[in-house]
Formats: sequence, structure tokens, C-alpha cells
Amino acid sequence: MADAENGYSKQVLIVGAGIAGMQAALDIANSGYQVVLVEQWPSIGGHMHQLSETFPTLDCAQCILTPRTVDVGRHERIALYTYSEIEEISGTVGDFRVRIRRKPAYVNWDLCTACGACTEACPQAIPVAFDRELELAKVMASGKVRLVGTGKAIYTLSPQAVPKKPVIDVRYCTYFQKGKCRLCEKVCPVGAIDYEQQPKWIEERVGAIILATGYELYPLEKLGEYGAGQIPDVIDALAMERLLSASGPTAGVMRRPSDGKEPKEVVWIQCAGSRDPEQGMPYCSKICCMYSAKQAMLYKHKVHDGQAYIFYIDIRSAGKRYEEFIQRAMEEDRVLFVRGKVSKVFREGDKVMVWGVDTLTGLPVEVAADLVVISPAMIPSEGTRKLATMLGVEVDEFGWWTERDGNLAPLETKQPGVFLAGAGIGPKDIPEAVSQGSGAAGKVLSLLSRWGGPSDPASE
Amino acid sequence: MRVRLSGQSVHNELVRRVEEYSGQDLMACYQCGKCAAGCPVAFAMDMLPSQVIRFVQLGLVDRLLDSKTIWLCAACQTCYTRCPKGVDLSRIMEALREIVMFEKGSYINYDAISPRDVMEWPQQAFIGGFRKYAV
Amino acid sequence: MKVSYFPGCTLNTTGKGFDNAVRAATAAVGLELIELAEWNCCGATYPLIVDNMLELAAPAHVLVAARNQGSTVTTACTTCYNVLKRTNKFIREHPDERERLNAFIEAEYQGEVEVKDILHLLRDEVGFAAVQEKVQRPLKDLKVACYYGCMVLRPPAEVAYDDPDHPRSLDDLMTALGAMPVDYPHKNECCGAYLTVSAPEVTREMVYTILKSAQLAGAQAVVTNCPLCQFNLDKRQAEMAQFHAGFQSLPVFYFSQLMGLALGLDASEYGWERHYIDVRPLLNSLGL
Ligand SMILES: Cc1cc2nc3c(=O)[nH]c(=O)nc-3n(C[C@H](O)[C@H](O)[C@H](O)COP(=O)(O)OP(=O)(O)OC[C@H]3O[C@@H](n4cnc5c(N)ncnc54)[C@H](O)[C@@H]3O)c2cc1C
Ligand code: SF4
Ligand code: SF4
Repeated sequence: MADAENGYSKQVLIVGAGIAGMQAALDIANSGYQVVLVEQWPSIGGHMHQLSETFPTLDCAQCILTPRTVDVGRHERIALYTYSEIEEISGTVGDFRVRIRRKPAYVNWDLCTACGACTEACPQAIPVAFDRELELAKVMASGKVRLVGTGKAIYTLSPQAVPKKPVIDVRYCTYFQKGKCRLCEKVCPVGAIDYEQQPKWIEERVGAIILATGYELYPLEKLGEYGAGQIPDVIDALAMERLLSASGPTAGVMRRPSDGKEPKEVVWIQCAGSRDPEQGMPYCSKICCMYSAKQAMLYKHKVHDGQAYIFYIDIRSAGKRYEEFIQRAMEEDRVLFVRGKVSKVFREGDKVMVWGVDTLTGLPVEVAADLVVISPAMIPSEGTRKLATMLGVEVDEFGWWTERDGNLAPLETKQPGVFLAGAGIGPKDIPEAVSQGSGAAGKVLSLLSRWGGPSDPASE
Repeated sequence: MRVRLSGQSVHNELVRRVEEYSGQDLMACYQCGKCAAGCPVAFAMDMLPSQVIRFVQLGLVDRLLDSKTIWLCAACQTCYTRCPKGVDLSRIMEALREIVMFEKGSYINYDAISPRDVMEWPQQAFIGGFRKYAV
Repeated sequence: MKVSYFPGCTLNTTGKGFDNAVRAATAAVGLELIELAEWNCCGATYPLIVDNMLELAAPAHVLVAARNQGSTVTTACTTCYNVLKRTNKFIREHPDERERLNAFIEAEYQGEVEVKDILHLLRDEVGFAAVQEKVQRPLKDLKVACYYGCMVLRPPAEVAYDDPDHPRSLDDLMTALGAMPVDYPHKNECCGAYLTVSAPEVTREMVYTILKSAQLAGAQAVVTNCPLCQFNLDKRQAEMAQFHAGFQSLPVFYFSQLMGLALGLDASEYGWERHYIDVRPLLNSLGL
């Protein structure tokens, strides 16, 4: 909202509604200012929404996240645009003009009551990004086993999603692809399905911006020596989070994708694409040691007679109570840490063979695994560079946001009024992302306070 | 016996020669072991390929000179292809073979090879082997 | 299409059958190989000691001979390919060493020639679809494990024209010939190469790993593009059952032999007598 006196807008744009962006949004909105929060996924929460439990406390991720997402979802000073992207930004501090494009969900969210009848009725099982495009074995009526996706062509991210509204993936929807079906339309009790829905554009004027765009994972397809993403029982770590999650596609029951069997020998492969200046990324992704230990632990809690192996180069556990957590994985959960980087992963019968080495004994080793979990490098979110160009903000050679000063201005950019938070700056865990969300909010609030107090009387 | 390391011992003449012959930056290797994990001959070696580099990093080249490993390297380049640091280990192996043969002469006595074998072997094995194992 | 051809020592001697098949099969699909007027041994290994002018001289000589005869030179020996390709790249990218090398071999060569493996030419210049059109006797029902070895794949930045982890050019050629390539994980594992000279028992175990995995995938035969691999994979089977009880042998073909057969050519000079594992029972059973 433009301030009449100095022409500055005291409204704030936050791009990315992961845990960092949400934290910033809540801090700013709770201080009385208006927030415009833009998220590309249909619901908020970012990657934390996908996680099972969190290291080092083993809190249920959804349980600690949901109060936050609910707060954000119903906050009167947060205008939430999910399933949306930034199309254009111009202007300068105090006076940015933003054009937001809301993608068509093909569902009228104003009418939708989130009853779920559409998803229930949809005949098209599809691999969904939220479940890392996992495909799980399913016994068909014919008795044959087929791999099927875990979502439907009309889907909501999770039962706890905020907003809990469905979208249609037109790439898979039978109606969009073949012109026939419209089952969801038939079952929707409020007539919310709208196959003709068009994108919507929203213009906002904001005084400051926080970029909280987060990360993605290095694709398995690029790891040829680890099966190039072609082996069903070789999955990435986020997929493992989904398999371990009580609200995931297996309801937290440990089953491997190819045949639904309980995996008894599970291997984690560290530094896949990380610390690899030749083929991947030169940097350490910082959190994989911790989450692999966590996953191995959770796996052992589910499969008591299972064996977990973590092939690592170095263990990085430099956080409060982190090293203790690693040691607990070794001692209490009997996770076997094997020091050496894996060189090759391949299928042999119904096993996945892992060729590694134990550099401590000097022995080449192999494991006939039932399931292999890869810890791929963290990489910046896909749209980061595009946003950077729009804003004139710098990213480094890998696409991470560049701080104005890595030491003394880690949450600022060289563009006045544009701030940073979360894993879009570089790999980090939840506590750090949340701290940065609050930090960036603090930076923004001190800027806004210079332009006078909140213009919204409701906050006084 | 405890091995004493010193600035002088880790930068000795043999290390310098390995570096010169191989053209490889030995300090680039961070000992991840991926080379050893993928080496198709590692099962027969008395020392892992990654340990070969490690010994050189510590200035202990002399301990490698009796190792079977350097003679078992097939120069298949699997290690180099997958090394995250771009270290061409097969060149280090060759440098070490070179150093040993410079001191001790050929590894294989080619005159003692039976003519039957020579007739049978593909030329490339015979010549390639000669290049690797003889001076 | 005409292209200069470097047979190399192996194809000139123990690999003569491979060579005959290569010449006949490529001719049948319109690829005319013109043997280099003069050539010498490439040295059989790419020198791994920096600045080894002596060992670079041999392949450089071949490259000069090739330059004098055309813009591209091909070879069917994967080792020759590897050595020539890497030497050529080295010459192109190192002006100082190039000058010294030129002085040494008394030539003026800047790396002008293109070195291409024969399979690469078949894939990209002739095209496997064109090969398929010429097939007279499809290799129907032949379940074959394609084996690439090291030389055309590694180091990828210097020699590869295929995916070093999951190569497919041979598989695609075999499909074009009507065969059924099996998917197995060790098509790019090393067979032991020249260790066959110094440590045959080690080679045997390496070969076992490869063949066992091919058999697990249902292969009835192996096909390769490398003469040294062919030798190792074939020869080492002779004593395999002694060390691995129950081992069943697998014939090991050159791709050009199978290509010639599928194209309906006269295959009498393809060197069948040099195979250690008799290929005839399998060929007979397939009516080839
Ligand atoms: C397998 C795995 C397990 C993990 N386990 C733990 C754990 O146990 N404990 C822990 O502390 N950490 C864990 N982490 C790390 C944790 O996921 C991150 O620290 C945290 O999610 C970072 O939050 P963020 O908000 O910065 O980024 P993200 O969670 O990535 O959120 C960014 C959001 O921005 C959106 N976005 C991106 N670009 C745009 C754009 N251009 N326009 C609109 N929206 C955009 C994204 O859709 C996303 O919703 C784990 C990570 C992985 C990979
Ligand atoms: S793969 Fe490379 S970095 Fe790793 S131990 Fe081997 S040589 Fe060193
Ligand atoms: S080049 Fe030598 S050390 Fe490297 S993987 Fe091959 S055999 Fe092993």
C-alpha cells in the first residue's frame, strides 16, 4: 500500500513460501505490514512439507510445519498467491512493480470445498513432483505387477496442504490429452472444475522484496555411474523422505518401489554430484550427512532386522547436537558407516549392486542392496536465474543468490530493497533457513520503519 | 616404526619425479576412494589405487616401488573418468612404473616369452605390454 | 562415401578375420575404406608420461600419412582409435609440444585430420537405419551382449562418441541387424587388456565378471568392437570352468562378423578358426 506522504510502498513481496519465506512473511505481517507471498507450487511449505522427521530432534516435519502453514494461510495481512510465478518486476526500493501470473488450476478455488471427491474419482494415477515422481509396484487386476505413480491427474499436495486445493496436471489428464473423461467435473458437488480456466495476472506495488526461492536436487539422470535414474530401487533422498513419511505414499511403511517388498539391505550414497568439480558441483551440500543418518535411523526404527550402510567421504555434522546424532545412529541404530565413495551402481536380478570401497581397511567392497538412496547435490531452484535477471540481482556461477557481502551483509543483495533468505543462497538446514527468514524480515522491518509505521490501523 | 613426516620428507625427489612424469597435481586428490571403488583390478591389488596416491602425498614413494598395484593397473581409465577431482591415476601408475624400471630394468623379460604365446596374442597386447613392462 | 582406413597391426595379423569382415560389411553399406598407402604401428598404448615425444612419434606418423590422403581416417581397432584420437587432440591443443614433435618426426602437422572410429562412422555417416535396409538375413532370436571395453569410451572428454556409462551404439547396430541386445551392467568394464601378457589369471577373473553378468541377462553370445577384448573374453573362457564351476561358455563375435552374416555376405574369410569358443553351434542353431 502506497504511503501518501513519501510515495513508498510499505507492502513486501516474498518469493517462495518454503520455511524461510513463511518465517519472513509471518514476522513482517505480525509487525503490521502487508505481505504478498508468491509460491510456484499449489501449496506452501516448500521442501520441509515433503520431509518425514527432522534432524536432530526427530520431530515430525508435517506436525511442526502445519501450524506455520495454517498461520500463513489465514493471516489477514498475507496475500497468498500459490501456483503462481513472477512474470515481471520493475522499479526500485520503495516502489517495485510486480506482475504475478497465476497458473490455471482448472479448478475454481473459490468454490472448491476441498472435499477430495475429484481426486478420488480420477482414473489417472500419475507420478507427481511432490512425491519425487516415485512409481510404486501395484498388483493389477490381471495379477501383473506394474509401477504406478502415487498421485492423480487432479491432486492436492497433501492432506495437510495449505491451501488444500487441487490442480489438474494437463500433461496427464485424460480429458486434456484425449478429449474424453470429465469424471472430476461429474463428481464435484459444487461445480468447481473449470477446464476453460485461464491464467490470471495480478499487479502489485511493493517497497521491498525477499527472495526465498530455496533449492532443488541434482537430477539422478546426470549420475550415469549410479544408474542414471533408470533403476526403480535407486531413489534420491527426497523420495526416501516421502517413503519414510507417515503422510507419504506408503503411509510411512517401508516398501521399495520395484516390488513393494520391505528392503532389508539399504545403502545411502553421499556426495553424489557434490564436492565434484569435474562432473557435478564443487561445493559440499552441507546437510546430506545429517539427513542420511536420520533416514538410516528412521529406517532402522521401521525395519529392526534391516542393515543400513552409509558410504561417505567425510562426515559433516557441525551443528548443535549434530555430532551426537551421528554417533547415536552408529551406536543405537547400528548404522554402518563405510568410508569411501561409491563408483558404480547397477541392477543384478532383483538386487541393486553397489560397488564401493572401504578406504580404512583398503578393501574394495560390494553390497547387494534392496534399496539405494542417493544424496544428490543441492542446486538452486530452477527459476532463480530468471528472477535474478529481472531484478538485476547477482547469482554465482552455480546460480545461488550472491550476498552483498558474505561476511557482513549476508541477507542483502547489491540491489537496495532486495533481501535474501533460505536455501536459495546456498545449502542449509531448517534452523538456519528459519533464522535467515527472521533475519531478512528484520532487515525489511527496519527499512519500513524508516518510512513510518504500518499504515494498516488494524495492527495498532 | 612411526613414520616421521617433515616438510622435506613429503617433498622429496621421488615425489617431484612422479609429479613431473605424470603431470598430475597430487594434492588435488582428497582421498574419496572412488577410483578404488570402481577399479576393475582392485581385487587383485595389494594396495588400493587411492592408497598409491596417498603414499605419494605423504612422500613415501619408496614404499610403492615393490607394490604389485602399479603393475596391475590396466590403464582402463575408469578411475580418471569418475574421479571428482580429475586426477588421472593411470598416469601416476605409469610414472611409478617408469621410475622402477629406470632403477631396476624391465618388469617382464620379453626374451623369455614363448613364441607360441607371441603368435597367439593380439599384436596390441604384445606391443602394449612391452611398452608398459619393459625398457 | 570414401574414407581412409588404418587397419593397424592386430587387424593385419591375428585379427585378419575381423578386418576382412569390416572391409566387406562396410563396403556393402556404401562405406568404401581406402587403406592408407603407408602406415606403421600406432604404438598400441597412448603414452601416459607427459611429453613422451618418442611414443607420440608413431601415432603422429600415422596421422601425417592420413592427412596426406584425406580429411578423415577411420580404424576398426579400438586401441588404434584411442591412441590416434588422443594423439591428435594433444597435437591440436599443445602448440609448443606440437612444434617439437614436428621437428622430431620431420613433418608439418597441426592435427588437421579427423579420427573416427568405424562404429561412429557407421552410426552417424551411414546410419543404422540404412544398414537395416540392407539386411538379408536378420539375426533373429540372437540374444547378444554388446561389449564396448574401454578404448572408445575413456577418457570420455578425449575419445567418447557414446555415453561412457551406458553406451548404446553397438546395441543399436545389433538391433538394426535384427538381433536382441540384452541389457547388462558391465558392457563398459575393463577386460584386463594387456594384463593378459603379465597376469592372465587376473584377466580371467575380470572376464568372468563380465561374462557372468551377460549370461545373467540371458545372452547367448557376446559381440565386441575391440580385438584385444575379443581375445581376452574368448581365450580366457577355455580354463574358466576350472575356476568357476558350472561356467557355460559363450561365443564372442566381432560386430563386423555378425554384420557380414546379416548382410548375407560370404563369411568364409572371417577368421572363425581363430575363435577359442566355437561359434558354429550357435550360428547353426540360428540358421546363419
Ligand atoms: C532429503 C532431505 C532431507 C532433509 N531433512 C532435513 C532435516 O531433517 N532437518 C533440517 O533441518 N533440514 C532438512 N533438510 C533441508 C531442508 O529441506 C531445507 O533446509 C529447507 O527446506 C530450506 O527451506 P527454504 O524455505 O529455504 O527452501 P525450500 O524448502 O526449497 O522452499 C523454497 C520455496 O520457494 C518456491 N520457489 C522457488 N522458486 C520460486 C519462484 N521462482 N517463484 C515462486 N516460488 C518459488 C519453491 O516452490 C519452494 O516452495 C533436508 C533436505 C533434504 C534434501
Ligand atoms: S577418485 Fe580422485 S580424488 Fe578420489 S581418491 Fe581417487 S584420485 Fe583421489
Ligand atoms: S586405470 Fe588403473 S588404477 Fe585406474 S581404474 Fe583402471 S586399472 Fe584401476
